[in-house]
Amino acid sequence: MAGARLVTDDTPRGIVQVLATGIGRVFISLVVPIVAFLVLWAGFLFLRDAQAPKVVIVVVAIVWGVGGTALLYVVSNWLVEKLPATWRNRVLPFVFVGPAFAILTFYLLVPAILTIINSFRDATSSQWIGLDNYAYAFTNPDMLTAIRNNVLWLVLGTVFSTGLGLAIAVLADRSKLDRVVKTLIFLPMAISFVGAAIIWRFVFSYQPEGQPQIGLLNGILSTFGIAPQSWLTVEPFNTLFIIIILVWGQAGFAMVILSAALKGVPDEMLEAGRIDGATEWQIFRRIILPTVWPTVVTVATTIAILTLKIFDIVQTMTGGNFGTNVIATLQYKQMFTFFDYGRGSALAVILLIAVTPVMWYNLRQFRSRGM
Amino acid sequence: MKQRLFVGLSVAALALTACSGGASSSAAPSTGGVASPSAASSGSGDLKGKTITVGGAFVDTEATAFEAAVKPFEDATGAKVVYNGDKSFEQNLNVQVQAGNPPDVALLPQPGGMKNYAKMGKLFPLPADIVASIDANYGEGWKAIGTAADGKVYGVFHRVNLKGLVFYPKAAFEAKGYTVPTTWAELKTLQDKMATDGTPAWCIGIESGAATGWPATDWMEQIMLRTVGKDGYDKWVSHAIPFNDPTVKTAAQDMMDIWGNKAYVYGGPAYVVQTNFGEAPKAAFDTPPKCWFTNQGNFITAFFPDAVKADLDNQVGVFNLPSIDAQYGTPAEVGGDQAVAFVDRPEVWAFLKYLTTPEAGVSWSKTGGALFPYKGQDLKNYSSKLDQAFVTTLTTAPFVRFDGSDQMPAAVGTGTFWSEMVKLVNGTQNIDTTLNNIEASWPK
Repeated sequence: MAGARLVTDDTPRGIVQVLATGIGRVFISLVVPIVAFLVLWAGFLFLRDAQAPKVVIVVVAIVWGVGGTALLYVVSNWLVEKLPATWRNRVLPFVFVGPAFAILTFYLLVPAILTIINSFRDATSSQWIGLDNYAYAFTNPDMLTAIRNNVLWLVLGTVFSTGLGLAIAVLADRSKLDRVVKTLIFLPMAISFVGAAIIWRFVFSYQPEGQPQIGLLNGILSTFGIAPQSWLTVEPFNTLFIIIILVWGQAGFAMVILSAALKGVPDEMLEAGRIDGATEWQIFRRIILPTVWPTVVTVATTIAILTLKIFDIVQTMTGGNFGTNVIATLQYKQMFTFFDYGRGSALAVILLIAVTPVMWYNLRQFRSRGM
Repeated sequence: MKQRLFVGLSVAALALTACSGGASSSAAPSTGGVASPSAASSGSGDLKGKTITVGGAFVDTEATAFEAAVKPFEDATGAKVVYNGDKSFEQNLNVQVQAGNPPDVALLPQPGGMKNYAKMGKLFPLPADIVASIDANYGEGWKAIGTAADGKVYGVFHRVNLKGLVFYPKAAFEAKGYTVPTTWAELKTLQDKMATDGTPAWCIGIESGAATGWPATDWMEQIMLRTVGKDGYDKWVSHAIPFNDPTVKTAAQDMMDIWGNKAYVYGGPAYVVQTNFGEAPKAAFDTPPKCWFTNQGNFITAFFPDAVKADLDNQVGVFNLPSIDAQYGTPAEVGGDQAVAFVDRPEVWAFLKYLTTPEAGVSWSKTGGALFPYKGQDLKNYSSKLDQAFVTTLTTAPFVRFDGSDQMPAAVGTGTFWSEMVKLVNGTQNIDTTLNNIEASWPK
């Protein structure tokens, strides 16, 4: 506050006084940020090294995190307030955006760049090995299987989730049981993929012929006297069965969003169509679908990105065995089981490149719709 | 200009605060860093107020048992041992080491991990008095598993596992008039007899989440030990011979002669690959048994049905996987965590020295479910006859070798060896392709 008072103080002063206050201002402007930095640094050291009880650490972490952010804001705001008005207006936006930008740079941009650099280095990131990691990614038989499976996931997962979601939304809209149906379809959304995979392991469970079948599917088969099937070990059908889990989980998401879009189709348009003698199918094809198309695209791209990154369902269902690996499960293995940072990074970059066009399209959709 | 600088400073402060994780102290020795000669012998009571942090992969009851096992050390020295169990310990330890804040002592399940950290210069080699204590208290082989590429000893073994044990339901087995096979030929005859009687010999399950396939690699290792002996086994594990060497192929063939035959294995390949290793043995304890034999480590008894667990000594019979080549007998395959030191402090050496003494195993062996490799230990400390039999096997085996896949590079030992064996067992590919693929994946 001292600084603010000095700025507004218009009484004439001698040269010594001006110099002294000038130095004082510089001094304070330096000391305050340094003190703030030291406080944050001390908090950080405590959190890193402390052997204190967990509760204490958690409390300190919350105070340090929230308080630290507030402290940074107050200190930088205070610094800016001391600037002349013209500079203040120029600098202020950066002070507000700066931290967010710094954090984004640190936690997203820098790691992404490091990952790209590491993808051209060996397992321990100590030597440059050119494109070897990418050569591995496109020649190793397991990787080729994974790429094939990711394409299956992308096409079938996206088409069926979105298609089923749309179909249910349209049909439920005309049913009296609208809410009940939608609630039931939406329920699996609340279950994590790992949880869903565990549930579905029971559905696909296999016991030898002649034994009681605890799996739902084989239980049904056995009541009809059909031999039990080993659903999860036969390539490539097992990947299709696992994709069903995604559809089960994501159709509800697609349905809810699309259902909201359907409610937005003006009744006048539908009535006009009916008066002109259009069949219900024509109304769906020529009126409803074009109207909700942007939403369909948004839903489809969102699910497409999900299928490209798919990991947890596969890891839980089969651990990638029986030819069900996807790029993400192999990436995890390379990174965290084999500690091969080169190959792991290369796979991450491949995933990033695969996701980018979908992402870009999705963002463009958002923008064109003014969202 | 100067004002701008201050704003920059505050942003820089934020950035520094956010990123300084990597810049910590904990200087690691690049060379041996001759370990503290002051290594206090345990029981010297001069370590009051000192804390030793220990990290490991086991949790819950095992963690409690470990804490009880180190209690005598705490009482004698006044030092405090803080154990931190974490199921993802190996992954997280790697991160901690990179960040410069590993625990003082880590219990590493895989010798490959020890060798890796030793090569990186993160570990301190054991002082001479602890090495001497290992020589005095352990059988042949244990020191070698704790030795890194530089020839220095880094690891101390405490609780260990014994593998290659065949469990069977005692009463039903005897009622059928079967007798325990002592050679591979007798085993094959018995298998055929059991198949004729209508019940397959083996209960096998190799599903184990992300580690699916490891029981198959254990079988391979045990057959290798019994067909090529310790020298051949060491060559195989260290890649002195290629993975698709004819001796390895023979071992894989021996294994698949059993595994690939539906008359010998309950449920056939599709059941084997998707049944959990802990679930599979239960079929042997149904009435009548659906299969007879489970070849597993001593820890598998924890997965038996409760009624069986309550009465292990009477219900469960066990024998060593029979000898294949008489000159190699029935070697013991073992596994286990080795304790290594990331810091050079007297209390840490005192603790590791304590772990080399039979005293460190007493309380846990009484609790049950754990074996210790000490030569001079008192068998009476083990609560069950089964555990006593395991320890006898462990300490009297012609030679002891550590789980081979745990010693191979991670990309093989926790990667292709598992996943390619799953493909082999599942019938997706033949033995040649399997061994060639594993060979191709061995890091250059």
